[in-house]
Amino acid sequence: MRVTCPNCGERDRREFYVKGAALVRPGADAPVEAWHEHVHMRDNPAGDVHELWYHEMGCGAWLDVCRNVVSHEVVSAVLAAGSDLGGAR
Amino acid sequence: MRVAGKGLLAGAKPVTFSFNGRHLVGLEGDTLASALLANGVHLVARSFKYHRPRGILTAGSEEPNALVTIGSGAQSDPNIRATSQEIFEGLEARSQNCWPSVEHDIQAVNDLASPFLGAGFYYKTFMWPAKFWEKIYEPIIRRAAGLGALSGQADPDPCEKAYAFCDLLVIGSGPAGLMAALTAARAGADVILAEEDASMGGRLLGEVEQIDDMSGVDWVAQVLAELESLDNVRLMPRTAITGAYDQGTYGALERVGHHQPRRADLPRECFWRIVAKRAVLAAGAIERPIAFKNNDRPGIMTASAVRSYLNRWGVAPGQRVTLFVNNDQAHDTARDLVQAGVHVAMVVDSRHDAPDSDLYPVMKGAQVCDTGGRKRIDSITVRSVQGEERIQTDCLAMSGGWNPTLHLTCHLNGRPQWNRDISSFVPTPGTVPGLTCAGACNGEFSTIGALREGAEAASQALEDLGVKASKPDLPTAGDAPYNITALWAVTGKGRAWLDFQNDVTVKDVKQAAAENFRSVEHMKRYTTQGMATDQGKNSNVAALAVLADATGRGIPETGTTTFRPPFAPVSIAAMGAGAAGAGFKPQRFLTSHLASKELGAPAIEVGLWYRSSYFPTAGESNWRQSCDREVGLVREAVGICDVSTLGKIDIQGPDAAKLLDLVYTNTFSTLKLGRVRYGLMLRDDGFVMDDGTTARLGDTHYVMTTTTAAAGQVMAHLEFVQQVMRPEWDVQITSVTEQWAQFAIAGPKSRELLNGILGDQIDDASWPFMACGTVDVLGVSGRLFRISFSGEMAYELAVPARFGDALFRELLQRAKTLKGGAYGMEALNVLRIEKGFLTHAELNGTVTAFDLGMQGMVSKKKDCIGKPLSSRPGLMAEDRERLVGLKPIGAVKQLTAGAHLFNPDDPVERIYDQGYVTSAGFSPTLGHSIALGFLKNGPDRIGEEVRMVDHMRGIDALCEVVNPVFFDREGGRARG
Repeated sequence: MRVTCPNCGERDRREFYVKGAALVRPGADAPVEAWHEHVHMRDNPAGDVHELWYHEMGCGAWLDVCRNVVSHEVVSAVLAAGSDLGGAR
Repeated sequence: MRVAGKGLLAGAKPVTFSFNGRHLVGLEGDTLASALLANGVHLVARSFKYHRPRGILTAGSEEPNALVTIGSGAQSDPNIRATSQEIFEGLEARSQNCWPSVEHDIQAVNDLASPFLGAGFYYKTFMWPAKFWEKIYEPIIRRAAGLGALSGQADPDPCEKAYAFCDLLVIGSGPAGLMAALTAARAGADVILAEEDASMGGRLLGEVEQIDDMSGVDWVAQVLAELESLDNVRLMPRTAITGAYDQGTYGALERVGHHQPRRADLPRECFWRIVAKRAVLAAGAIERPIAFKNNDRPGIMTASAVRSYLNRWGVAPGQRVTLFVNNDQAHDTARDLVQAGVHVAMVVDSRHDAPDSDLYPVMKGAQVCDTGGRKRIDSITVRSVQGEERIQTDCLAMSGGWNPTLHLTCHLNGRPQWNRDISSFVPTPGTVPGLTCAGACNGEFSTIGALREGAEAASQALEDLGVKASKPDLPTAGDAPYNITALWAVTGKGRAWLDFQNDVTVKDVKQAAAENFRSVEHMKRYTTQGMATDQGKNSNVAALAVLADATGRGIPETGTTTFRPPFAPVSIAAMGAGAAGAGFKPQRFLTSHLASKELGAPAIEVGLWYRSSYFPTAGESNWRQSCDREVGLVREAVGICDVSTLGKIDIQGPDAAKLLDLVYTNTFSTLKLGRVRYGLMLRDDGFVMDDGTTARLGDTHYVMTTTTAAAGQVMAHLEFVQQVMRPEWDVQITSVTEQWAQFAIAGPKSRELLNGILGDQIDDASWPFMACGTVDVLGVSGRLFRISFSGEMAYELAVPARFGDALFRELLQRAKTLKGGAYGMEALNVLRIEKGFLTHAELNGTVTAFDLGMQGMVSKKKDCIGKPLSSRPGLMAEDRERLVGLKPIGAVKQLTAGAHLFNPDDPVERIYDQGYVTSAGFSPTLGHSIALGFLKNGPDRIGEEVRMVDHMRGIDALCEVVNPVFFDREGGRARG
């Protein structure tokens, strides 16, 4: 499997570490239920999913990788720094 | 035997090899199969279940019968297909699954018992008693059935792994593959042409064909010469593409030294990962047998195999050949044989409209319904409207048509489609992104069609890649019609083999259907059809056609089983190349490594690091003696220990303090300049991630330490916080673990030692407990931290790594004069257990700050990662397993990590489990064993008795629950 890192170009997936679903973090005053949802509950769609990938053996960038879990197509890979995954604060 | 003037091996060197101990001579370029046939050897193997005599069925890697073991001793290599193995001088090959010999195999009695050994036999027969299966039935069955055996010795031959990248990967080098490679190569694209066979050319090597004004073989040579002359082409013969993976990644197995006498400088095989922007699958097709009674005798082969042996290797597999076919193309076999002077006794064609010939006799609308002969076929029985007739023969060439080799197109979940015109499955386009099929694997069986599709597939790939290419002129070539009428199995009594490798007959498949294993996947598993090395390459389509018939469904509706990688067998040795022994695993050595080695300190692996376990001195014969002494050094004088493996992360920038406040449960923005603080980190789910100290070296400059085990994880975590959670913060994070060599100098005399090497003298006032700063160390700028992991007055001194070796030696020298010395991991561990300090043995991912008694460290005044969920009631429950100390009070004095804890009066069963031990050791300071562990309601049970049981080591010890800080609870020794 190949992932195109925005900094380094196309690389083998073994250079990366996958953290899991890319979800917007609950805001500063979010209730504990929102955190429970964020940490434990996952959708499992047959289609495009967004995941956090860390280019551990490359540039060290965290990426928001969108891939199709049915076709295995990597739809996009962008720097997570530019996303709003950090949540409201 | 060889036919004079036939084949491509004219003038080849003779090669001597042995088969079952018999010395034989073949020619360079022979496969083991062609060389055996040239020597008149037809009986080469015994079948899997019935131990029936078996010969050579095919001329390719799909061979189900002729599996042999190559080499001897540790180098023996089982289940090698004689049809793929090239012979070389001194090659040793032997038959498998037979005793005492392939000629006289005692277990052939199984064949007599065959009425009882059908599909599902094992499941029905060896049911009771259940416990007999593992101990009695299975070992017996495994000995009786099976393929070749491993040597049981370590494999002495190396394999390799390699990587390649290209614009276009062409898989297969027949007319379609060569045309595709040529088209792309001429356009300047990077091309890899992979061919499973030793020679390129595909079926053209085994056919009498005309392309343009030359023979097919000459055309192949001409194209190869052009390809070889181009720098942008890599030809990879002996390379089977084994799997198609995501984003244009392909697995490939290359035989590097496997086909020649073993050489130390050559790996046996090389496993490739090839990343291709585009690929053309031109893998050809595999001829399928027809199922009829006793169709498995030596001498019965596929028609194309007979043609290949004749045209490529110049070998006639018989003197009086018969054919049983259902398509026009197979008649070429009769034509080629006759033209080579071999007698063709009869062509039995199941079609009433079969073509006539003036070269050989043809029986139309007839079927072969039985064969005779034991170790080699001697006759066939033909049934037609005229009745039954026996014909003498020593070789039967059969053809039930061709199955496109579409396996790779299904590796990413694709399913093939049924094509009625050719009675075969063909690939569904687009199932592997970037891969196009061309030629026979696409269901296009004519040579001209293959050439055209190969050129077109390459042109399309080039267009996709934006490479300009001119359409090549297509050569003229044969366009003979295929004309097939499907015939899967001849009706009648008796066993008609579908899957030769697994001894699966038509009857077995029908029985599976009758017992309601109607799904093709169930049928496969019930009968074992399509398993083992050939994975049903010869039998799948016929078997499912029989299943379709038995269940009253159509073939497309019945469908195929799932094609999975690898396409051809790959040895574990090749796939795991580079991972045997130490392999490519990196080794991280400390700057003190050499000096420690000189002192005879054994190294212990900590992740990739190698740390000194202990430093033996004269008279010490086991590690405990050294460890106890080293603990004493630290408690009474001064000890030196390399602690550089701890993760060191440099954090700089105006927002550095904010970052630390967010990731640690406690506050670091309030930490004074020149001070160190212990911190605790949580995961989002509220459990502890890591702990460590962080020093403030400047207003906007901190250095964090992590545990050795979590250094990578914490670095990734900090990057995540900085990049994703707080991208607007001005802060930079850099791992400096390897840039600094850091040594613990611990013990009452630590300051005395340091004052001998520091530019400025230190005392309690200038360097109090938890102070830090820059110091001059013998002229080198270093960092000094007054922190203690031993509970003694202790410092950690860091210098740039290039000075590490010199500093370590200097420290040891000076420690020695103070009656101190080096201490290793064993002593370090005992020292910290005595103090109840934590490592990842305790921070094991399931503990909370509350479990550690550290809930007070989660600041109420600020936010931190993990805080919301750490306050869940379940994570702060009194009856959680919480940190305690343990000491033995019964007869058994040994405590062990991993043991579980029970109330003394409870049964030792899982449901009564009260907790577990995480760390244990002998404390020379206290004179008894000590342990840390987690116990339900732990802190409330100080003084109670618990029972520690270690089932693994057979230890059962009564313990007292004590405070986890065993030694100097007030901490006066560290504060000085």
